[in-house]
This record gives sequence, structure tokens and C-alpha cells, in this order.
Amino acid sequence: MTLDGPSGDEMAIADFRPGEIVLEIPARTEYLSLVRVVIAAAAEIEPDMAAERIEDLRVAVSEATTNAIEAHDLHGVTDRIRIQCNLADDEIAVVVHDMGMGFEPEEVPELPEPDAPERLLHESGLGVHLMQMLADESEISATDDGTDVRLVVYSSKRRRRGSDR
Amino acid sequence: MQIVTHSHRDGPWTVITVAGELDVVGGPDLRNAVMAEVRDGHTRLVLDLTGVDFIDSFGLGVVIGALKRTRLLDGDLRLVVPEPRVRRVFEVCDLDRVFDFHTDVAQAVTRATAS
Repeated sequence: MTLDGPSGDEMAIADFRPGEIVLEIPARTEYLSLVRVVIAAAAEIEPDMAAERIEDLRVAVSEATTNAIEAHDLHGVTDRIRIQCNLADDEIAVVVHDMGMGFEPEEVPELPEPDAPERLLHESGLGVHLMQMLADESEISATDDGTDVRLVVYSSKRRRRGSDR
Repeated sequence: MQIVTHSHRDGPWTVITVAGELDVVGGPDLRNAVMAEVRDGHTRLVLDLTGVDFIDSFGLGVVIGALKRTRLLDGDLRLVVPEPRVRRVFEVCDLDRVFDFHTDVAQAVTRATAS
């Protein structure tokens, strides 16, 4: 399926195999809202996914996509950003792939404690922290041409199983 | 989607009402609204985020920046965040240790005035 974006045929959604949805967007912030809508709508297909977890995934994927757009902008990359969403029985996994040269998550500075006075100097840098806290699994890995951010949230059923152990 | 901001005075407080998505697209509009108020000498601010349906790290950064700017000028900032899913983003970053959350503007202004 192809949708017309703000400037024509810029965005494509395609089903490649059951449970997989791939969204490719131009590296422009105007598309962030659309990514959030698609991810939330896809997650709602999973019947055992709590609304709060869908919201967590929406924020985490939005953070990853924002970083990807910034990476493309920083390096003058004009390729699209690929967001791959896999709906499984008990989890939703999303991979955000950019071609923006990558970054080392270890290089993200540690944040001071929230109530430390110097924390107010940090108006940015919370994005990676949010992804890690909101997703049940998060992984940032360098690829040959950029960065993959993989975010997984578990269904309520799986989380219940985990807490029963 | 861009955000919409509107300001009004409530006693010594300036209430900035925000609606929309506080991300890298909408966040700069709120930052500009805060900076305009601070420039005009209004440093006791209430940010009413009742109409905000999404916030990410960029939006948090704008709110943190607003707190910093007001406190540097001996002012203060109170937040109205009745929506649990917006509040959760603050809490995940431990920012509930920095901000007092209020459920409506009347509560924020009353408690802020009394403190």
C-alpha cells in the first residue's frame, strides 16, 4: 500500500509477511506524528497489549525516530528512515533503522540526580534514557550504514508469566 | 502537529495553556512563549499541560528550561498535568522529584500562592 505524503508519493507502507509492517518516511520531523499514529494503531491489533504499554512504545519509537531524523540531518543523508514493526504473539518489536553514521550509546553522558542543581543544565539527553526505561528490551547497534534501534514491549500475558516465575 | 499556547494572568501568576504535542515540532513554540513571558518580567509561571496529548524528551527539556529560566530570576514554575500518560513520562525520568504536579490551574495557583 502506498500513501501520498505531504509532498506526494514520499511514504510507503508495505506488508512483507504476516505480523510485519514496514514504514519508510522522509527524514523530516513533520512525519513524527504519523509514525506515532501508525505504531499505536499497529500495537492495538495485539489484543493482550495494555493501553499503557502501547503508550510506552509510542514514546520510545518516537524518540528513536527523532534521533534518526537528527542523524540524517546532521550528516546530510537524504535516504528514508525505515521503521519495522513486528507483531508477535506476546510482544511487539520495532526496529528503527537510520543511515546517519551511527553513535555510541556509551558516549551519552550520565545524568545527574533529578534534584541535583546541575540537573537543570541538562535540557536534553533524556531520549536514550526514556527508550531504555519505557521498553522491556532496548538495543542500539551500529550497522554498516547507520544505526538500528530495537525496542520491544511485552504483552500483559507475557509480563504476567514473567512475574509468576 | 504544532502546539497552541495561550497566556493569561491569575494574581501574581501567568498561566500558559498548552495544547497539542510537545515534541521537537511543537516544543519550540512553548519555549518561545515562555521566553516572551520571562522577557516581559513574568517569572511566576504555571504551565497548564491539560491539553497536551504527547510529550517526549524534547518537550521535557523545554519544561526543564522554563523552570531554569524562572528560577534564575527568583521566579518559579508550577505544572498542571492531569493526564496520567503525560505525567508518566516525567516520572520515568524522575522529574516528579523536581516538579510539583497539580490537577488543575486553580489548585496550582492556590498552592503556589500559599507557599
